[in-house]
Amino acid sequence: MSELNANITGGSVADDVSGRYIVREHHPEQGTLLGFWLYLMSDCLIFASLFATYAVQGRSYAGGPTGAELFELPLIALNTAFLLVSSLTFGFAMIAAQAKNLAKTRMWLVVTGILGLAFLCVEIYEFQHLIHMGAGPQRSGFLTAFFALVGTHGLHVTFGIIWLVTLFFQLGKHGLTPENFRRLSCLSLFWHFLDLIWIFVFTFVYLMGVLP
Amino acid sequence: MQESFDLTKFIFGRLGWDSIPLHEPILLATFAGVIVGGLGLVGLLTYFRLWGSLWKNWITSIDHKKIGIMYMILGLIMFLRGFADAFMMRAQQAIAFGDNLGFLPPHHYDQIFTAHGVIMIFFVAMPFVTGLMNYVVPLQIGARDVAFPFLNNFSFWMTAMGAVLIMASLFVGEFARTGWLAYPPLSGILASPGVGVDYYIWALQVAGVGTTLSGVNLIVTIIKMRAPGMDLMKMPVFTWTSLCTNILIVITFPILTAVLAMLGMDRLLDTAFFTSDRGGNPMMYVNLIWIWGHPEVYILILPAFGIFSEVVSTFCGKRLFGYTSMVYATCVIMVLSYLVWLHHFFTMGSGASVNAFFGITTMIISIPTGAKIFNWLFTMYRGRIRFELPMLWTISFMLTFTVGGMTGVMLAIPAADFVLHNSLFLIAHFHNVIIGGVVFGIFAGINFWFPKAFGYKLDRFWGLVSFWLWSIGFWVAFTPPYILGFMGYTRRVSHFDDPSVQWLFQISFVGTLMIAGGIAALLMQFYVSFRDRNTARLRDFTGDPWEGRTLEWSTSSPPPDYNFAFTPVVHDNDTFADMKKNGYRRPLKDFVAIHMPKNTGAGIIVSALACAVGFGIIWHMWAVTVVAFVAMMAAIIIHTFNYKRDYYISAEEVTRTEEARTRMLESHV
Amino acid sequence: MSDHHNDHGHGHDVYVTHYSTKDYITGFVLAAILTIIPFWLVMGNVLPPDTTRWVVLGFAAVQLIVQMVYFLHLSSKSEGGWNMMALILTVVILVIVMSGSIWVMHHMNTNMMPGMGPTNTHDMT
Repeated sequence: MSELNANITGGSVADDVSGRYIVREHHPEQGTLLGFWLYLMSDCLIFASLFATYAVQGRSYAGGPTGAELFELPLIALNTAFLLVSSLTFGFAMIAAQAKNLAKTRMWLVVTGILGLAFLCVEIYEFQHLIHMGAGPQRSGFLTAFFALVGTHGLHVTFGIIWLVTLFFQLGKHGLTPENFRRLSCLSLFWHFLDLIWIFVFTFVYLMGVLP
Repeated sequence: MQESFDLTKFIFGRLGWDSIPLHEPILLATFAGVIVGGLGLVGLLTYFRLWGSLWKNWITSIDHKKIGIMYMILGLIMFLRGFADAFMMRAQQAIAFGDNLGFLPPHHYDQIFTAHGVIMIFFVAMPFVTGLMNYVVPLQIGARDVAFPFLNNFSFWMTAMGAVLIMASLFVGEFARTGWLAYPPLSGILASPGVGVDYYIWALQVAGVGTTLSGVNLIVTIIKMRAPGMDLMKMPVFTWTSLCTNILIVITFPILTAVLAMLGMDRLLDTAFFTSDRGGNPMMYVNLIWIWGHPEVYILILPAFGIFSEVVSTFCGKRLFGYTSMVYATCVIMVLSYLVWLHHFFTMGSGASVNAFFGITTMIISIPTGAKIFNWLFTMYRGRIRFELPMLWTISFMLTFTVGGMTGVMLAIPAADFVLHNSLFLIAHFHNVIIGGVVFGIFAGINFWFPKAFGYKLDRFWGLVSFWLWSIGFWVAFTPPYILGFMGYTRRVSHFDDPSVQWLFQISFVGTLMIAGGIAALLMQFYVSFRDRNTARLRDFTGDPWEGRTLEWSTSSPPPDYNFAFTPVVHDNDTFADMKKNGYRRPLKDFVAIHMPKNTGAGIIVSALACAVGFGIIWHMWAVTVVAFVAMMAAIIIHTFNYKRDYYISAEEVTRTEEARTRMLESHV
Repeated sequence: MSDHHNDHGHGHDVYVTHYSTKDYITGFVLAAILTIIPFWLVMGNVLPPDTTRWVVLGFAAVQLIVQMVYFLHLSSKSEGGWNMMALILTVVILVIVMSGSIWVMHHMNTNMMPGMGPTNTHDMT
């Protein structure tokens, strides 16, 4: 960063002094990845608020159904598998991108997107089933908090998929430029972050929700 | 068909002709004024053919300097609205005793105090401090812009659109009547079925996105774009406070976003977050909103502290006393601000142990602020003090804010708070610290950095008029509430039965008149300064009108688009003072081309669509909501397909600009 | 954001994430194990409920770290240490928000909503 260059001819006596205080060409570091990481931290806190609400209201059944009565753990296990594998496949996409293999990168992106869609389908099925049974988000404090927390995570997955599709086309259009690699890196952070949040969703909401 | 699809309802939702408050004379008069003024402005712009220039140079600008100025203009306009609300409340309270019901019926009064609080915090104080940070920080660290210039533009327009939504509530529909934090169950769908609370929610959600992104932007800017040699402990104090402020923004605003979303879901989807039935818990709202709310007030005050540090060291001609302790104090305040929130609801019933914990932490947080006051005083001691306007505002701050801080420590004692909670004493306390701290700080900052932004100083005479009217007017207006609060009078009351205290409210109204005079003097100051901007008295030829100590004063006034022809290299704190002391001369030739980001209309377009989404949800206009949302997503995606976002300022143009400055400096030596 | 700045090689030490297949597979296998075991413990009623709660929580904490290291490539060197610092601050705030809310709301509920405890036999911790 400090490419001190004293070759500025200012034509005045204080040349060397002035040269000490300026640099001819300065390129500040790229801030995109740090910026995106900071945004993810803020997103973490949105989830923190939702988790806190779930912690406070998660047992307020209002005489209605409980987690033990509602949650189908095998389905959640399947969903968890979808998301975890999708994290792996996105990793493969990043490796392919690092190796400058455009076709492979896009292929792994497609696989990741499909797994993400599968996750969403299962979740939508679960929600629709609960609502059909009368256990919708309006039923009780517990169900409100449940739908909000899990639903917000699902919304994030949805936006991630939209982003993934967009990036798929942008890669097709411009290739693996430094800019596109940066965007892939950001989406990579986002996608893994979603899997991280899911760890806590399936732990606190589903697994603990089923326990007496 | 039994249930025919109602097209009108799908498009217009609950919006109807009766949504326009034709029966409210005050609103009608305001509306008429706005129409006349608005048409006049549009007429002037058209007559002078300024639309193109407005779009090209301001609306689509990604230059942090232009964006900073636009934030200040937004803040100023909303300040006038927020003060109008205050004026009406004080007038009402001065006359409404016994049989006299005043001129504001309760449902109107309730909207006014709600709007007053929301506007002053979100659309006056936040834009003002964001504007100053935006303008000054890149210059202070020797950078050419912020880390994400487009995001900066987008953040501004999101904030502005939030303001548009609030202003729309004046003329279409109504505003919330819940107080500025909109506690449920009052703000729930059952007690507030109208559009008021929805306006509140969506104005803040839209503006909140802008603020959060702006927070990320400035943090990355300060971390990544400092000039070579500027280690963290060589940054100007204002940059340090800006860093801490923006960290607070990023870790705090998400909580507001989440809580307002939950309230919105309760209202729209009939969920049970904060309802009184079905296992909802309204107290959780209070808890979460104040986890946001307390750090928010530190977001407002920390930049003001930074401004005072710069002003004190500049106008005492000395390095700031205790730089290291200032930095640590700021960081401690930042962290501690997260441990005190319950003091806003001691009376809600959490019990002695919880109250005691938070009472103690609240008292502890006053200590680092005290340290700062001492540092400023020690800087002044044996300094050569110049009583320019920024310094005067700083002294007034020290006298005013300190008292407010002390009443805060009084309120921190839970037992005392049980008497004083939500009384006029509380009102006096927070106005004391916000006006004495934030507003006076903003005035100091405006007077300090105005010449840098516009090339001429602000007129001293009218500045003094404004200063004295504010400084004295504040105390005249807010001492009575302290007294009344002790006597047991509560906030948010529009009519009183006991005429024996009316004189106190009348004194308070006199103070309000003085403050109104102070604001009028401020506007006069702007006008006279603009009128006389080319006189020797006001014109800033050198770029350094105050014998400044930090890097922004090394540029011309106003700075060129690129800020610095060559990036400075930093060797010591108070970088510019150090450079001047060592005989630095600015380079006169061999300039190079400079890489700059392009302007873009994407920011205002996406924000306007976000505003439309908000408006649609408020009025249940689902067609509008869906279309606007899809359009907004499309606009964002289309924007990401734009890969050509930069250009170069040629070396010749840089040379021309710098040579023009050289000529100016030489002819005014 | 332009491509320009990245075209110049960094003349100084900038830590750049290196993606490796080994890291991802290792992370995946560990995460899978750390997921399967908790699911099995709960679905199979293997341990008493209170013990299960703590064990499952522990597994979640470990998996968090596994995913942060192997998937997110978290390191104290990335972005000059700022990523780690941001994460630590976020975690601190998260803990304050969660534990603070639970502590405060527990007291609020106890004092202000007597008789409105959990509306079935399941105990609220």
